Amino acid sequence: MNTLLPLLRLAVREAIRGRWLVGIAVTLAVAGELLLRFGGGGATTVVSLIDIVLIATPLVGLVAGTVQVHHARDLTELLLAQPVSRRRLFLGLYLGNALPLAVAISLGLIAPFVWHGMVFGALGARLVPVLGAAIILTFISTALAFLVALRVDDRVRALGIALGAWLVAAVVWDGVILLVAMLFGQRPLEGAMLVMLALNPLDLARVLLLLGTDASALLGYTGAVLQHALGTGAGRAVVVATLSLWLVLPLGIAARAFQRKSF
Amino acid sequence: MIRFRSVSKRFGRRTVLQGLTAEIATGRVTGLVGPNGAGKTTLLKLLLGLATPEAGTIALGSHFLDGSPKYRATIGYMPQIARFPAHLSGRELLRTLVALRGGAIVPELSLAEAFDLGEAFDRPLGVLSGGTRQKVNAVLAFAFRPELLVLDEPTAGLDPVASRVLKDRILADRAAGATVLITSHVLPELEELADDVLFLTEGVARWQGGVHELKVTTGQPTLERAIACLLSGRAILAVA
Repeated sequence: MNTLLPLLRLAVREAIRGRWLVGIAVTLAVAGELLLRFGGGGATTVVSLIDIVLIATPLVGLVAGTVQVHHARDLTELLLAQPVSRRRLFLGLYLGNALPLAVAISLGLIAPFVWHGMVFGALGARLVPVLGAAIILTFISTALAFLVALRVDDRVRALGIALGAWLVAAVVWDGVILLVAMLFGQRPLEGAMLVMLALNPLDLARVLLLLGTDASALLGYTGAVLQHALGTGAGRAVVVATLSLWLVLPLGIAARAFQRKSF
Repeated sequence: MIRFRSVSKRFGRRTVLQGLTAEIATGRVTGLVGPNGAGKTTLLKLLLGLATPEAGTIALGSHFLDGSPKYRATIGYMPQIARFPAHLSGRELLRTLVALRGGAIVPELSLAEAFDLGEAFDRPLGVLSGGTRQKVNAVLAFAFRPELLVLDEPTAGLDPVASRVLKDRILADRAAGATVLITSHVLPELEELADDVLFLTEGVARWQGGVHELKVTTGQPTLERAIACLLSGRAILAVA
């Protein structure tokens, strides 16, 4: 613990003074405010917020993560020259990145509901899983960003790969699913759809948020298959397990890359 | 004694060190000399454990480098023109290093006073000039009474006064028993400091020994001329 805390303190200070974290929180707060004012309020607001979370958090996590790893390279080298194990340093750098970002995103999401006095109402209760998903996605995308940035030394290439990954997960994936459904529509696709669901953490997060809600029409093909095959309860458990794999595997591989990296 | 035995290191497709064998004497200042890309910085990074060699061994005294971090407690490292996060101050970095080293150490900050750093040590690094940042880096490297100083182009960007202060400090620490490993492109400056020279080209140690010995063997009056002589190939000498 005595290595983790000082690194976290350092990262939090740097993050707060560099104003971009504040910028992210404010942007999300403004978006939420607009949704509350002009989105009709209530259930539709939460569904729109889910869309924002699914698009924005992984983008911010991936970009911020890759940029930070390269930005803090000289500092990392200085820290590596201290009598500290690489495993601890990695954990400190990762948490130092993911935690402040998760806090900023959460504050930005909650803020409009707080000043409208809605946190303790029915809407507030529906906000909790959205916040949970935002936090999980922040940690997952930061882990993926670390993985990319530690493997690819060229800043621009690393950022390109991270953005490409986001584009595939957030945009292209739905098209691929549609294409598969159209091309192989005659055959049973349940298995393939569940695999495709598991391969995209954003899809998983969306299904988790919409499963068992009255907005289940928005589940999409993969989500509908899951609900049909496993039901709501078991479906949720499988999705949570798969999402945790999406955190543990990239983080593990990134930790290994950090362990072996030559700076 | 620091011993490099047949050390090879590649970065991607680029081979930086090719079976380098060298020894660095304890309690002396060794100047690491060679053209750009000769492997000087890589040698320092291997010694610090920032990179691991593909082949060969490195030993500090009786300790062979094996990935365990403890040996670094006795090392002070000054990286080449390092840029740390802009919103942090030198003192915050120092506090972090103290905490990482167990928290019980009182850092030794006489170098900050000698540099007359004053408030600059508490200002964000981003607003400091390059030379002042370099002073902060030096203070961090000397703060934990290191037995081994690893200095990569330490005087780059320093004004003559600060450069003088840093050189005096290096010599004072040497006099107190510290081992110093230093790279510099300014050879007259290195001549002031170094007792020994380790000359590298293309990842191999071409010459090593005392500065005086080098001048005698090459028949040159200064270190700069002696190195130029080595580089031009007029003196092909076996490495010990």
